[in-house]
Amino acid sequence: MPRVLMKGNEAFGEGAIRAGCRYFFGYPITPQSELPHYLARRLPEVGGVYLQAESEVAAINMVYGAAAAGARVMTSSSSPGISLMQEGISYLAGAELPCVIVNVMRGGPGLGNIAPAQSDYFQAVKGGGHGDYRLLCLAPSSVQEILDLMGLAFDLADKYRNPVMVLGDGILGQMMEPVELPPYSGELELPPKPWATTGTAGRGTRNIINSLYIEPEELEAVNLRLRAKYQRMEEEEKRWETYLLEEAELVLVAFGTMARVARAAVERLREEGIAAGLIRPITLYPFPDAPFHAAFSRARAFLVVEMNLGQMVEDVRLTVEGRCPVHFYGRTGGVVPTVAEVVNFAKEVWQKL
Amino acid sequence: MRVLFERTRGLTSKPFHYCPGCTHGIIHRLVAEVLVELDVLEKTVGVCPVGCAVFAYEYFNCDMIEAAHGRAPAVATGVKRVLPDRVVFTYQGDGDLAAIGTAEIVHAAARGEKITTIFVNNAVYGMTGGQMAPTTLLGQKTTTTPFGRRAEEAGYPLRVAEMLATIEGAAYVARVAVNSPKNVIQAKRVIRRAFEVQLANLGFSLVEVLSTCPTNWGMNPPEALRWLEEKMIPVYPLGEFKVPREEREHA
Amino acid sequence: MVFDRERCKGCELCVTVCPRKILTLSPDLNSLGFHPAMITDASRCTGCCFCALMCPDVVITVLREEGEDAARADEG
Repeated sequence: MPRVLMKGNEAFGEGAIRAGCRYFFGYPITPQSELPHYLARRLPEVGGVYLQAESEVAAINMVYGAAAAGARVMTSSSSPGISLMQEGISYLAGAELPCVIVNVMRGGPGLGNIAPAQSDYFQAVKGGGHGDYRLLCLAPSSVQEILDLMGLAFDLADKYRNPVMVLGDGILGQMMEPVELPPYSGELELPPKPWATTGTAGRGTRNIINSLYIEPEELEAVNLRLRAKYQRMEEEEKRWETYLLEEAELVLVAFGTMARVARAAVERLREEGIAAGLIRPITLYPFPDAPFHAAFSRARAFLVVEMNLGQMVEDVRLTVEGRCPVHFYGRTGGVVPTVAEVVNFAKEVWQKL
Repeated sequence: MRVLFERTRGLTSKPFHYCPGCTHGIIHRLVAEVLVELDVLEKTVGVCPVGCAVFAYEYFNCDMIEAAHGRAPAVATGVKRVLPDRVVFTYQGDGDLAAIGTAEIVHAAARGEKITTIFVNNAVYGMTGGQMAPTTLLGQKTTTTPFGRRAEEAGYPLRVAEMLATIEGAAYVARVAVNSPKNVIQAKRVIRRAFEVQLANLGFSLVEVLSTCPTNWGMNPPEALRWLEEKMIPVYPLGEFKVPREEREHA
Repeated sequence: MVFDRERCKGCELCVTVCPRKILTLSPDLNSLGFHPAMITDASRCTGCCFCALMCPDVVITVLREEGEDAARADEG
């Protein structure tokens, strides 16, 4: 397979094209801008539509319309822009419309800065918008994985009729790595969407896309049906990667860019004779519990490392349920923990065990 | 037996939830009749607002989408870009379009989106309890302007049709009223033209329809028709504010 | 003229616009609790359809007997 050098932000775009996505609606924001730049050139080549909206609010609602019309569609933004999209994301989840939303996270809160961060974890996996809903949430940690997970993201969105969030960060978006492009032969055979609002011609009955249910019992039934769908995701879609987890007594947990730093830290700790290992969740929702259960027999402590002040660590604690101490190390505001910092903190944890 | 008037198949059989005498129902009927007469009902996708017309998806006998408050033009944009050969319309009230959704309607017009917007202006928020709308008249009493709207505090009524007519991408912009049989007949003619502009791919089209709200205006329905005539039309004059370029050149 | 009584909300718009003043509200209530509109003298209806044009609930069907057109024309 041909290997090419590609920027993370471009890989989000190329991965989407190869997944059959032909519609992009977005609004410029740093540090994800190369993604719309790429698609503005690339989508017309494949007969698609790139549209720069007047705001993120409009962009996510254009995604809502295109998804309702049955298309594979995406948007991308960065933290403050994703905040603006939350209303629309709630409606997408409520109306059960499939789409892919890329968040190339930057420092917050507020305007924050344009440096890499992971501080939108809660927003991505705990709801973000109003109402009792979930997003499938994928966290790639390399440019190759961006390409691969974009295909999965569109497939999962269609499978569950649910929005899928792909969480990157400023480093992942900006870095260039050699990648193998997934096979691609132009038009894909995509699943039929008999529920889409395309006009009643040839169908007879009306299709309605809606999230309004005035009767409480009716809305409760909708929520219960959604919950059953989320439970199915939890049964079928958990994904993760482990590194040296067998025999690990100190288990590092990290996702995305941070997992690359944590992996290097695990190697250094091993060199120093500390039995360290790594769990890297690839799906942040549903959160992968199996590797934790596998680690319990030997693990003496977990160390969660994030580019925030402690968000995924809460899901780790929920998974570990007090069976083992859970420690946290993080930097925020766009500061990325170095391998040395993580190693030093891990050694402190180790010495206290 | 000859049928002079019957309910159009462009409407479902569901009874409207609107208050007695609210002219939303007339506007629904006109849009539905036009879609049937243009023979496009089966290829139409409508987008509903949030506000009194939030249940419009139950009434129009075609595929329908419920949008978030004010976002119908963005949703319609997404639909039309995916399905350019379908007829796409939004049905929005004055709060939805002229307050929270101002950005979406202006930019849909600016892009020349080939969609049709039916903009119902009744100078008040109906669904939420009669609060001031961006189109509330100066001096008009509402639940949030209990002493009448004063420009010093609450600004001035927004003339949406005139404003959007200045935008290049807007191909057809007109204002009509549904307060008399004559105006209803004219309103239907104008709504039909707006959809014809979309079918001819000429650009964005919008019809502002002056409508009544007897409940929140505090009047009986016949009084509301008179109030519309005497108070609203002087502020919101009827007419075509923008017609497609070729028609202007021929004129 | 046929009124779908059960859907009429008694708003009186048809009564107001009828040029012959032959529409009124029924003293009875329908199941919605409204006094539905009714015609008092069908023989005087010209079939102008103003009532149907203004009915917000689209409850009016206007029909004309064959031959009635000619009769109306004679009436002038």
